[in-house]
Amino acid sequence: MTVLETTGLSIALDREPLVRDVSFALDTRDRVGLIGESGSGKSLTALALLGLLPAGMRASGRIVIDGRDYLGAPDRQWRRVRGRTVSIVFQEPLTALDPLMPVGRQIAGPLRLHQGLNRSDAERRAIEWCERVHLPDPARLVRALPHEISGGQRQRVALAMALACRPRVLIADEPTTALDVTVQAQILALLDELIEETGVALLFISHDLPVVAGLARHLLVMRDGRLVESGPVDDVLRRPRSDYARQLVTSAARVTRLARPAGGGEDR
Amino acid sequence: MSEPMPAEGREPILSGHQLTRQFAGRSHRALDGVDVAVRPGVSLGIVGESGAGKSTLLRLLLGVDRPTSGEVRFAGQPLDRARSREFRRQVQVVFQDPRSSLNPRMSVASIVAEPLRSLRIGGDRAARSARVAEVLTAVGLRPEDGRRYPHEFSGGQRQRIAIARALAPAPRVLLADEPVSALDVSVRLQIIDLLRDLVDRLGLTLVLVSHDLAIVSQLCPEVLVMRHGRVVERGATADVLTRPVDGYTRALLAAIPQLPTDLVEEQ
Repeated sequence: MTVLETTGLSIALDREPLVRDVSFALDTRDRVGLIGESGSGKSLTALALLGLLPAGMRASGRIVIDGRDYLGAPDRQWRRVRGRTVSIVFQEPLTALDPLMPVGRQIAGPLRLHQGLNRSDAERRAIEWCERVHLPDPARLVRALPHEISGGQRQRVALAMALACRPRVLIADEPTTALDVTVQAQILALLDELIEETGVALLFISHDLPVVAGLARHLLVMRDGRLVESGPVDDVLRRPRSDYARQLVTSAARVTRLARPAGGGEDR
Repeated sequence: MSEPMPAEGREPILSGHQLTRQFAGRSHRALDGVDVAVRPGVSLGIVGESGAGKSTLLRLLLGVDRPTSGEVRFAGQPLDRARSREFRRQVQVVFQDPRSSLNPRMSVASIVAEPLRSLRIGGDRAARSARVAEVLTAVGLRPEDGRRYPHEFSGGQRQRIAIARALAPAPRVLLADEPVSALDVSVRLQIIDLLRDLVDRLGLTLVLVSHDLAIVSQLCPEVLVMRHGRVVERGATADVLTRPVDGYTRALLAAIPQLPTDLVEEQ
């Protein structure tokens, strides 16, 4: 069942087009990777799907969530969607978390807002979510401030916050780019586990093809504001149709090959 | 500089002996008894995750920070408090983010000529601008790009400018701290190719700090793997990648996201 569909999405600042004619749909349990380099328009697309475009940018086309077109909807309508139907985790969880509020209360916030839970129920649920994202000693950790926990733990908190209200779509915008590689591997494993458990549709945005390819089943490739390729991961990796996708695969394969324990580093 | 001696026999050009660095107010040591030797012609990769101490080590080797104990030597001599001109000429550095390392108010030509001016080398104005044109060409830019300003260039081109500046005094050692981490994947490969080309063509020795073993494997025949301020593994990069001995090195290798195996072999 289609949860989110965007048709002919274009975004412009003044008259300069930044995103042009982007169309795709997310069904329940879909795992879609959106890949592109900086300036490709991938993060703007994500922001548009949450009604969070920066002031001055204009979007056109359709953004249909649960059967209703939200493009151009007033913010009070978007607020009922954000965090409840569609939620997001960003690259740097520190920017998404309030530095002065204990993390448990931040997870509890959306639960009180969207599900009308009272404070103690919401905080109990926050502790349960800390367990689900495998944070150590949840009852104590909920009282910590964001800077008192590690970057990997903050991203776990951000995931708990994003999933606590059981959204139907999770947008993950470079969620592991700021993390060390061993921590990245843990967060990717957690993300895999959580989307399997909850059935949330995933839109995973990244510049890093091997990261996306490990998690997504379908790939969208963006360049200069346009979708240049869309298809099952396997097809895009093995039979890329656009020159750009082919180039991305070749670059990634070259880097991957060199890091592989078998034969890595021997061609220099 | 054609040295007939095998690399193993060469005296280190830059070395650190039992380097320890403790920052005030921190309970653990940022660097804890690290030995490192950079031999001419043998580029060295320093790999590790955040907090491993790799940038602290690089700063000590660059002489912009001093060890709490231990000693850095350049060409066999202790690096004294005031770094000698010869050291500053021979050892140059490139940082991660070319946006913050280039002065936005200076033209590219003056940025690149800056080490020549501060070291008072490179002859008169005409000779210096010839040198600037030469190094801009060496990094794949045009001499006339010198008249432009950093903001007119992309991230990859700005990193080329930073590399040109480092090359201007014709150093023997280039220290690079995550030089491609801020760049897009395709641009990253171009800068790696450029660095490799410069190493080959100019006989530069690279000391490359990176969290990314793949990049180190492309540029450095030797590698140090660091964790919590210590060296956990060292050796020929090919050996460390194929037969890692330390458990942490193995975990680091296993964590690198990979494309499907067959796909990588096809290419």
